[in-house]
Amino acid sequence: MTNAALPIKAPGAPVARPVRRFGLAWLGMVPFLLFAFLFLVAPTVFLVGGSLQNAKGTFTLENFANLFTPQIMQTYENSLEISIVTAVIGGIFGLLLAYAVISGGLPGILRSALMTFSGVASNFAGVPLAFAFIYTIGRAGLFTVFLKSVGIDLYNSNGFSIYSKIGLEVVYLYFQFPLMVLIIAPAIDGLKKDWREAAENMGASSFQYWRRIALPILMPSLLGTMILLFGNAFGAQATAYALTGGFIDIVTIAISRQMRGDVLFNPNQGYALAMGMVIIMAISIAGYSLLQRRSERWLK
Amino acid sequence: MAFLELTGVQKRFGEFAAVHNFDLAADAGEFVSFLGPSGCGKTTTLRMIAGFERPTAGKIVVNGADITDKAPNQRNVGMVFQSYALFPNMTVADNVGFGLKIRKRSKDQIKKRVGELLELIHLPDKASRYPWQLSGGQQQRVALARALAIEPQVLLLDEPLSALDAKIRVSLRNEIRAIQRQLGITTVYVTHDQEEALSLSDRIVVMSEGRVEQIGTPFEIYNFPSTGFVARFVGTLNVLSAKVIDPGAGTLEVAGQPIRAAKPISGGHAGGMITVALRPEIIQLGSRADLNNLSGIVDDVTFLGSIVRVRIKFTDGSGVISFDTFNNPHLAVPDRGTAITVSFPTEACLVLDQAEAAAAAAPEDLDAA
Ligand SMILES: Nc1ncnc2c1ncn2[C@@H]1O[C@H](COP(=O)(O)OP(=O)(O)OP(=O)(O)O)[C@@H](O)[C@H]1O
Ligand SMILES: [Mg+2]
Repeated sequence: MTNAALPIKAPGAPVARPVRRFGLAWLGMVPFLLFAFLFLVAPTVFLVGGSLQNAKGTFTLENFANLFTPQIMQTYENSLEISIVTAVIGGIFGLLLAYAVISGGLPGILRSALMTFSGVASNFAGVPLAFAFIYTIGRAGLFTVFLKSVGIDLYNSNGFSIYSKIGLEVVYLYFQFPLMVLIIAPAIDGLKKDWREAAENMGASSFQYWRRIALPILMPSLLGTMILLFGNAFGAQATAYALTGGFIDIVTIAISRQMRGDVLFNPNQGYALAMGMVIIMAISIAGYSLLQRRSERWLK
Repeated sequence: MAFLELTGVQKRFGEFAAVHNFDLAADAGEFVSFLGPSGCGKTTTLRMIAGFERPTAGKIVVNGADITDKAPNQRNVGMVFQSYALFPNMTVADNVGFGLKIRKRSKDQIKKRVGELLELIHLPDKASRYPWQLSGGQQQRVALARALAIEPQVLLLDEPLSALDAKIRVSLRNEIRAIQRQLGITTVYVTHDQEEALSLSDRIVVMSEGRVEQIGTPFEIYNFPSTGFVARFVGTLNVLSAKVIDPGAGTLEVAGQPIRAAKPISGGHAGGMITVALRPEIIQLGSRADLNNLSGIVDDVTFLGSIVRVRIKFTDGSGVISFDTFNNPHLAVPDRGTAITVSFPTEACLVLDQAEAAAAAAPEDLDAA
């Protein structure tokens, strides 16, 4: 670029500086790029390739066309519903809980207890979580039996089942709202007491303070966390599989059915299903960025 | 009748009494400062006026209406916070107009009023900026405009300048005072900076450990402190312990040297110890037959710009006394260790009240003030 390209250089001039810095910076990127290539680019290429072939390896759009059959559309709908419901409910509960513990004047010990619990619970997923729920509110779970003994039949009278969509949502919420608590807590900490008092001082009610100050300030973090919760639920498979034995109709399980192939076996269809998920995630992340940018306008 | 009245106001936090029996009657348009060291209860008292703390006892009346039990958002009292507390998600204009928006004023009304206020604080071109794009001084001016927008009955400021650097502090405090005069708004200003309080206030409330020590004009507070605490906290006073020789004649002995007070010593008895206060600026270098004289050894010379402060140690080790002299190029600054004599008029001896004497006699020197 600069002197480095010149054949003659002034003695002692810091010639190669800019070039060397450039080189080192790239060197630092290498592990990440390698990682991204191996686990993001390569699989995506593989996925795209696979989804555009049939079992014999010839090009086809059939797998994608199949996504629009009512049955698969229903599968996506279920996944979306579960993800949105648990992200929104988990988000709201998490926000309220974190706010109560941080700013609600509750004893400090409660806060650290909640944070510790949230740290553990937000990582408690998959098979152990599913079984924990089965053993407590499953058809023969401890709590179910207890309720029955006091005259409440969870499974017959209310149509409730831990193995259904609602059941799965309840189970997902178990890790969704602690995750919200963990991520939103620092943002709530950032709300200054003075802002609330200044608002009150100018005549604002608590509601007006929340509407015009606290929520707008929290909005970027709220949106960010909700999209994370959405992705978290959308991509979950093991919990649902262990809980329902693979009998719930959501996309991740549909994919595994196609890949493992007990009854159905069409990996290429599985790739197309996965591509559908990638596209939905991409759309939601794009939508999120848009909202995020708008809610962060005052930061820039 | 006074416009802002605090009667017997107390605040306890559990067992701890942060404010004891606070009485104040401020007239409409008056600028009152609360002055005192950290933790003396200034902010707590201010927050009780704003409604953020409920008094444990006592009554707060503004313009004849008892507001003691009113919620903060029902008081129409404007507050300026030390931290500015501007809403980061709103522009300057939206911050200033916030109170009016809450009061459901029309868009046009709000716009007009915000424009006037930004003019008043000399930031008319910053309306669409966000708080983080402003300097500290600008932010605090916006906070002032925001508090004034709602046309509060009383304006409260809690150390509004303490986060700013010295130059801006002085210019902004003058600006605050000018605006306050222009609007004629009753104002309570909290500070721990005596110079700020003296230069701004109509009256000063000097506080210590939750108690009012003295309420008076800056002139009264500075020249006639009623307690040792006030004398030490306001200004850089010499506090000396003196032995009473003849109470009736007002003769005393400081470090074994005779001096005379202008008035008879009430309450003192011959041979007893009392405390006298002496302003550094009233003491002159050199002995004079018609004045009180005290001799000692120069202990330290401090150059303070326009003045030079000289500290003298009494040879019997009973204490120190400081005096100020104006700086000029021909000034003969005494060297450390030389013996000198200073003089001061009899009226300069402030005899502090007897209850104070014991406390003040403790070897506490003016450097702490
Ligand atoms: N919410 C509270 N709970 C318990 N004690 C408090 C509370 N608020 C204030 N105090 C105590 O009351 C006393 C007075 O506090 P205050 O904030 O009024 O002091 P201040 O004069 O404003 O001091 P500073 O100049 O440092 O701001 C302090 O000892 C403080 O610790
Ligand atoms: Mg304070």
